[in-house]
Parts: sequence; structure tokens; C-alpha cells
Amino acid sequence: MIEETIALTKREVKKWIENPFLLFMMVIQPVIWLGLFGKALNLTGLISVPPDLLNQLPQQFRDQVPVLLNQMISETFGGTTDYFTYMAAGMLSVIVLFTAMFSGMSVVWDRRFGFLDKLLVAPIPRGSIVLAKVSSSVIRGMLQVLLIFGIAFAFGLQIGDAFGILDFLGMLAALFLLSLGLSSLFLAITMRIKSHETVIAVANLLNLPLMFASNALFPIKQMPEWLQTIAKFNPISYAADAVRAFILHSNAGFDAAKVALDFQFLIGFALIFSLAGILIARTGLRKG
Amino acid sequence: MIREDKPTFDEREVENMPPVIEASNLTKRFGTLVAVDHVSFSVDEGEIFGFLGPNGAGKTTTINMLTTLMNPSEGSAKVGGFDVKKQDDKVREIVGLVPQDLTVDEDLTGIENMMLQAKLYHVPTKVAEERIGEVLSLVRLDDAAANRKVETYSGGMRKLLELAEGLIHYPKILFLDEPTLGLDVQTRVVIWDYIKKLRDERGITMFLTTHYMEEADILCDRIAIIDHGKIVALDTPQNLKDSLGGDIIELEFDRSPDDNTKALSSLSRVKDVKKIGDVYRVKVSKGEEALPEIMENVLKMNLRISKVSLVKPTLDQVYLEYTGRSLRETQGETAEIWRRKRTLRGMRA
Repeated sequence: MIEETIALTKREVKKWIENPFLLFMMVIQPVIWLGLFGKALNLTGLISVPPDLLNQLPQQFRDQVPVLLNQMISETFGGTTDYFTYMAAGMLSVIVLFTAMFSGMSVVWDRRFGFLDKLLVAPIPRGSIVLAKVSSSVIRGMLQVLLIFGIAFAFGLQIGDAFGILDFLGMLAALFLLSLGLSSLFLAITMRIKSHETVIAVANLLNLPLMFASNALFPIKQMPEWLQTIAKFNPISYAADAVRAFILHSNAGFDAAKVALDFQFLIGFALIFSLAGILIARTGLRKG
Repeated sequence: MIREDKPTFDEREVENMPPVIEASNLTKRFGTLVAVDHVSFSVDEGEIFGFLGPNGAGKTTTINMLTTLMNPSEGSAKVGGFDVKKQDDKVREIVGLVPQDLTVDEDLTGIENMMLQAKLYHVPTKVAEERIGEVLSLVRLDDAAANRKVETYSGGMRKLLELAEGLIHYPKILFLDEPTLGLDVQTRVVIWDYIKKLRDERGITMFLTTHYMEEADILCDRIAIIDHGKIVALDTPQNLKDSLGGDIIELEFDRSPDDNTKALSSLSRVKDVKKIGDVYRVKVSKGEEALPEIMENVLKMNLRISKVSLVKPTLDQVYLEYTGRSLRETQGETAEIWRRKRTLRGMRA
């Protein structure tokens, strides 16, 4: 099982790693997102008191107002007053979603070109076919995560003063679990789809709700009640929450209990969907 | 790599061995379309067995069921003694499939494709390296080509690579789906030689499908003619030809709208008459002697002959006899065939 999975994963990875255009797109996409979204939509900048208004206040309030505002913002945005930092942390989870969405695409191609038949007629566990596709998607997702983290850093990501190597690894672990779960989920959904147009349609349908009904780009607190409920079941919320906690790790404190809760959810999510994907493969990959 | 001790097919006592492939009432339905309709046959060890039929006759579907890619809707089949439905894992260990579509991965080199295939069949890397060289030279793919990406290959080269892949694990039974479809004459001959060599030197049992008469005639020990999902004839090429019971005189008449089948049947020496289109196919023995006599009698019937020819039995004739169409004719129905094929593909995929 392991040997075949590795061999098949190598094949999958080779397909995109030797494609310079695709690699270029992988770099450009996060630059555009971080640059346009993160820098143009400076949400925390919106919440400020104009100077002439501030000057009308008595002296003792004048010093208090910015402090109070910063506290409000920090409270809403999970411990940072910089929207770019808030958003970049969430963007790491979103990019994992973007990569995972198309984990099923190569199944469609393999089916079209008959390569899938070759795999199905070989004496290998069907689960290894699915595992290889998921692994390739996870590897790609994690590469993009590293890339974005680097770019965000260059763009002025404000990490917490106590951020260390363990926080970095913790962040990667959370994103890995998210990637594993989402890749398996999308693969399971698209396993029996025969056209790539349909896969794109499915991906586009799920993409926006998953991205926006989470705390990846906006704080949940500002959402209406019903959306909050949805966001609470969205694995992206949990990954983004954990990632943010690690990035903003400061000497002032670290909510270990909350991060532990995030991980519980993420581990469950990843486990359930990767196992489901392997089980579905037994019948799902087969022809009529 | 040649197994000296292994007797060739002809020397062996086939009767004593259990069949390698055994299908009984094998059936596959796609909705209302019956692609394979209660097909039964058996293939002996070391035999080259051919399924001959037009496109859309159910050949590929049969292969798909025998190689565990599809579940039969009805009936059963055993391959190498294992049930294709219940012991599909066992079946996959011993069969090799060279599919009709070119399924080698374009983004990998020839060697990489072979290596991947070896891994899928649990061939240890060391052994695989040796075998890849051996198998590639068998199909005459040179080193330079093997190290290039497959996207640079011609159709023929891809097919050869495909054939090589099917052999990397030394399968006991090799399924070849239209092995020479769309290839030029030279490549076709290379592949024929290769298939024969495999059987003679390694005793690999082969199940192949084709719609080329010539291919079936040259390669196969036995042929099943399949049409609309049913086997209409099954025997050695020679017996099939003999079964025509003699030579055929083909007659066409000028300005004769009536059906002359009856009149022709009553003539002496005539065994049977079939009318296909405007052509009357008159079955006789010793065609050379019968022809003048029949022409004389036909002229007495006040019929004007516009065309006449004497046809010695070929597999083409056999096909015509059993399906009522020539393969050339069936190729004329291309539009209908492709429609059928598309339907099948849509359901299959």
C-alpha cells in the first residue's frame, strides 16, 4: 500500500512541479491576494477617530481614545490591530482550500485518458490511488502555505513577540490537517464526476461559502447569527483560528485551551474525511 | 529469458488442462442497451484467442469484465481459476491489459512510465530495471526514445510502450484490446511478431480483440465472431473457412427488380443462395467447374448478368456469412457506430 502510494504520489507531483507556468501561477496568486485584499481593504484602518474630532475632546480623553479603540479592534480581530496580519493568517487557510478544491480534477483526467483503468486493473489497493491524489494535493497546499508565509512576512506581517519555531510547526500542523481533510472531501465529492467542467462548477459553488462563512477574512462576531452557526462548523474557521493564535503568540498570553479545541476539531475532520475517501474509492473509482 | 523447457502451444496436450479463461452467460447491460449478451466461451492455456467484430459489438466491454474493470450484470467468468467478481484482487495479480486507448502518461518519460507500472505490480526495483531494458528492446524502443517524455512519441511508439508496460510483471494472461488499431503497416507487423513470440517463448495466454480480418487470421488459434453482443461463430480460422462449405459465386443482374433467390436455388450444383443488397451469393463446391454451368443456366432464365466473381473462402467471407454484413459495410455505418460508442463511453466512464 505504502510503496504504490509513494510511486503514484511521485507521478502526481511531477505533473505540476515540472510545469514552470503552474509554479509561476502558484507564486503570483498569493501575491495578488495578499497585495490587493490584505493591503487595499484595511478594515482596522476604518475604525479611527479623525484628528480634528479628537482635538475637540478634553485632554484626559484625548489620550484614552486611541488606547480604547486599539483594545476594541484587537478584541474583534483576535489579538491584532493590523488587518493585514489578521487577513494573512486567514489567507493561509484559504489557500489550502483553493488547492484542495481541485484535488479531484486529476481523477477526471485520468478517467478520460484511460490511465485510471490501468490503475484499476493493477493489483493495488484502490485506497492507494486516492491517497496518492490526496498526498499530492496536500504537498502542493503546504508548499503554497510556506510561500505565502514568506510573502506575507515581506509585506509586513506582524508576528507576536514570542513567536518561535514551535509556533511555526504548530501552524503547519493545523494547515496540514485542514489540507488533508479538505482534499479528501473534494476528492470524494468529485470521484464519480466525468467532466472537468462539472468539477470546476462544484469547486466554485463551495469555494465562496467556505471562504466567507469562516473567520479567515472577517471576524465571526460581526456576522449575523445564522452565518455564525455555519462558520462554527466550517473547518477553515478552526484552522484560521489556530494559525492566528500561533502567529500572534506574544508574551502577554497564549490561549492554549482554545488552540487545543481547534486541533480536536481539525484532527476529527481530517480523519473522518480521509478514511471516507479511501472507503468510497473502493466502489467510486470503478466503472459502471 | 526464454524458457527452454516450456513446450510450444502445438506440442501440448491442451485437453488435459483446465481452461485459463472461462465465461458463462456473461452479460453487461447499460440501461436498456445490452452491450454483451449471454456470452459463453473458454480459452486454453497458451492459446491466442480472438474476438472479431465491428466497433460497438461488445468486445471492449467483455475485456473490461474479464479484467475486473466492470462487474457483469449477469453470468460469471473465471480467469486463471479466479472468479472476476468475488476474487478480483487475485485476477488482477495474474493478468495484464493493453487497453485500446493510449493510456501511457504523457508527462512522464518512457522509462518513468515503465517504472511506475513495475511499482504497481510489485516488481522489485532491481528486477524492474533489468526487465525494462529487455521488454523495451523486445518492442524495439531504443534508449534515446525511452528517456524522452511520452508527449514527443508518435502513436505507434505509444502503443509499443503500452505493450511493453503490459509485460513488466510477466502476466500469465495478456488482454490486448485492438492492439494495432490505427497503426501503420510496419508497426502492425512488429506487433504481430511480438505477440506470436510471446506466446511461443513464454506460453502467455492471449485474449485479443480486433476488427481486422487479417489480424485475426494471422494471429489467432481460435476466433469468436461477435456481433451485437452475441457470439455468432467460434472456431479455428481454418474450420470457420471450411464451414462455408465451398466456394461462393457472386452474381449481379442487370435490370432485374425481382428476387431471383428461388430460381437460383433450384439450379443444379447450387447448395445455398443468399441475397445481400443487389448481390446474390451462390454457394457451390468446386467453384471453377460450377461457374460455367451456372452461367449457362442463368442465361437461359433470361437474366442479364452485369457482374460475376468467384470467391474462395476467406475470413471476410465467414464474417459475411455469419453477420450478414461485411466488415467494410459496417465501417460504412460509422455515424451510427460512433453514436453507440459515445453512449457506451458516457455510461462506462
